[in-house]
Amino acid sequence: MAQRLRVRYAKRGRLRFTSHRDISRAVERAVRRADVPVAFSAGFSPHPRISYVGSAAPTGVASEAEYLEISVTRQCDPDRLRAALDASLPPGLDVLDVVEAGSGSLADRLECSVWQVRLPGADPVLARTAIEQFTAADRIEVERLTKKGMRRFDAREAVLSLHMPEGSETTAGQASSQSCVILRMVVRHAVPAVRPDDVLTGLRLVADFAPPSPPEVTRLAQGPLDPRTGAPADPLDLDRDMTRGGETGPVSEYVVGDL
Amino acid sequence: MPVESLFPRLEALLPRVQKPIQYVGGELNSTVKDWDEATVRWALMYPDAYEVGLPNQGVQILYEILNEMPETLAERTYAVWPDLEALMRAEGVPQFTVDAHRPVRAFDVFGVSFSTELGYTNMLTALDLAGIPLVAADRGDDDPIVLAGGHAAFNPEPIADFLDAAVLGDGEQIAIAITEVVREWKAEGSPGGRDELLMRLAESGGVYVPKFYDVDYHPDGRIRRVAPNRPGVPWRVHKHTVMDLDEWPYPKKPLVPLAETVHERFSVEIFRGCTRGCRFCQAGMITRPVRERSITTIGDMVEAGVKASGFNEVGLLSLSSADHSEIGDIAKGLADRYEGTNTSLSLPSTRVDAFNIDLANEFSRNGRRSGLTFAPEGGSERMRKVINKMVTEEDLIRTVTTAYTQGWRQVKLYFMCGLPTEEDADVLGIADLARKVIKAGREATGSRDIRCTVSIGGFVPKPHTPFQWAAQADHETVDRRLKALKDALRGDKEYGRAIGMRYHDGKPSIVEGLLSRGDRRVGGVIRAVWEDGGRFDGWSEHFSYQRWMDAAAKAGVDVDWYTTREREENEVLPWDHLDAGLDREWLWQDWQDAINDVEVEDCRWTPCYDCGVCPTMGTEIQIGPTGKKLLPLTVV
Repeated sequence: MAQRLRVRYAKRGRLRFTSHRDISRAVERAVRRADVPVAFSAGFSPHPRISYVGSAAPTGVASEAEYLEISVTRQCDPDRLRAALDASLPPGLDVLDVVEAGSGSLADRLECSVWQVRLPGADPVLARTAIEQFTAADRIEVERLTKKGMRRFDAREAVLSLHMPEGSETTAGQASSQSCVILRMVVRHAVPAVRPDDVLTGLRLVADFAPPSPPEVTRLAQGPLDPRTGAPADPLDLDRDMTRGGETGPVSEYVVGDL
Repeated sequence: MPVESLFPRLEALLPRVQKPIQYVGGELNSTVKDWDEATVRWALMYPDAYEVGLPNQGVQILYEILNEMPETLAERTYAVWPDLEALMRAEGVPQFTVDAHRPVRAFDVFGVSFSTELGYTNMLTALDLAGIPLVAADRGDDDPIVLAGGHAAFNPEPIADFLDAAVLGDGEQIAIAITEVVREWKAEGSPGGRDELLMRLAESGGVYVPKFYDVDYHPDGRIRRVAPNRPGVPWRVHKHTVMDLDEWPYPKKPLVPLAETVHERFSVEIFRGCTRGCRFCQAGMITRPVRERSITTIGDMVEAGVKASGFNEVGLLSLSSADHSEIGDIAKGLADRYEGTNTSLSLPSTRVDAFNIDLANEFSRNGRRSGLTFAPEGGSERMRKVINKMVTEEDLIRTVTTAYTQGWRQVKLYFMCGLPTEEDADVLGIADLARKVIKAGREATGSRDIRCTVSIGGFVPKPHTPFQWAAQADHETVDRRLKALKDALRGDKEYGRAIGMRYHDGKPSIVEGLLSRGDRRVGGVIRAVWEDGGRFDGWSEHFSYQRWMDAAAKAGVDVDWYTTREREENEVLPWDHLDAGLDREWLWQDWQDAINDVEVEDCRWTPCYDCGVCPTMGTEIQIGPTGKKLLPLTVV
């Protein structure tokens, strides 16, 4: 294996309805179309060495920050690979960043996520009250059907912050039926995972806050928790620092083919 | 008139349904054209779920060909699952195309491709959701022309009331011809409304317009006559045959879905038609003659298709792929070209002979080794003579033994149950055959680690085949024979555990039989089933035999009369005015030969036996060898 690359990609717009399996097939095919020299596993049924890091944004949830690692058999220039893979993937699955992997596990760096939740038609006044009651509580038990059956867990502790960003309320004069509440939250990754819909369930439980239509959820970022900002830092910065420092050898000393 | 996208309204429903990705479109190589720049617009439907419909070759080919035409636009639509259907009804969202999410009713032509009759109820759902009247006679000038194609359209009579038109045979050229007729009629200002458009289509003899034909019945229910009811309409409508497949190398840009579908591969049709003459096989009868695609075109299509799709599997499609005159060179050439690229090749529909093991070895060189499947179809030698499946027991044992000795561990064998003249012993013969297969395999390999699965389908007599006159076995008989077979296998201590058995009960075959050989009176049953909630009849979890029987009773249709009744030679069959090229006397003779265990050779290698297709249709067999080879791909 010549090189391991870490990729940040987004799923946007209508492609937020892709499931994790859908994305995995699409990436495999894009890699082949783009002639990326992907490494294959050995054995009877070889498969490309592409692994997905962290817990994938659920089907129907958009994301600006999903991560995968890909192993290639020849040294590739990360910027060129980013462009080639992005051009090869359908619009809406967009490759945002590629770096050569440094040491350390990327998964370990994905400590928390920033989520944005749009709630069309929700009442901002009720939302504000619900947020206050949610943050005031120590513990909010919610139930969700997981792969292991119905589970009951605390949705409060993992939520590091929850607020309505400035200007997200209805513009003045709009009827409340056209209003749109935007919530932003930083949630620590835990087991079982606390997802934005669990937080919404929590808001309903503590304050009877029930938006009239399905929420539109986007993961804006994930990474190591930066104590100064209370939000995640870019998890690939560490790889960039390492490779820049020359610890894992120079990047793209030579380039093969188009990559 | 601008047509707005339905997507914003659909999008609000998607978080509430299963597998929403199937409704969003955006597949790689899909096409969205400007609505207003097109003068003729087609909505193409495969009437099943997206996961089944998307890979369909027929739809993909027509979609690409129509979109290549100037001022022509084609989009696709599929059957929506009941969860979305309910939401669409509640929110008033009509049937949409997945490409630009345009309402189906806004198109000029709504073309539906029927591989099987079990999609009929799904067409009614789509029509109803689209806001198009179910019955053709109720449609106005703002409604699209509802057009059926595909193999089931060779007898469209059960859905005649719901169709404006149907076409038989290869779609490439006739789709273009229809487009031009529609374009000209629209350019003239749509004179005479949809009636004149349908008349212009019908006059050519290449488009069947059911309402221009009247059906008279005898008092006992048999058809007396099917006759045109206005001047200029031909007595018979003929099928279409593309003669040079190298001139039609489609799909060039295969659709690559985001959602998971039933076939995740790039498929190339290596030839069309089959003259093996298996008597149960409607496809082999209605697609004659054999027309091969040349080895070089196949190589070019695979190269372009793999590059354009990123698929890691290539399927070489046809009705009997190993019969291509240059299949050995194709297999070796492709395996050489894709050596080391983890691209696997698959060859569906192979016959039982040792040559196929060599092919299979070649094909598994670059990828996974899938199972081997052979189709003896009949459990006894006599049965195989009746159906003209010319495979002897020795052939089968030899082939399968070769497979086991070359390292294949699992072999699948396909059979049918309920064939004409079949007796219990013929079905029990399947158990004997399977035992012999395992015994020979164990002896040859010295290993007990080999398996064989027998997969059994219920036989349904089909129009335009020698068995079109045959009585279908009732489901009680089929179920009894299957149970006896299962008991025989289960009770076998020596070999039973090495043999798996897969089958369905006989009831769905009866409904398929009713729809296959039905006439216009069966339309009422289809409608009643649909009104009762019938959807996705090809899916066992949605199919309800009782619902069909109740609907038939309500519509006054005697299911047995259509299915288990043997027809006489002179009975007018519902599809007799639809011409697949087969000479009716030859079909009858072949039926008589079947009853008398007389076999018929393949006309590719023996003299013509006058099935009638070539002279009637002005076609001829197109086969190689060309003597050409596939050269290595140039490495960039």
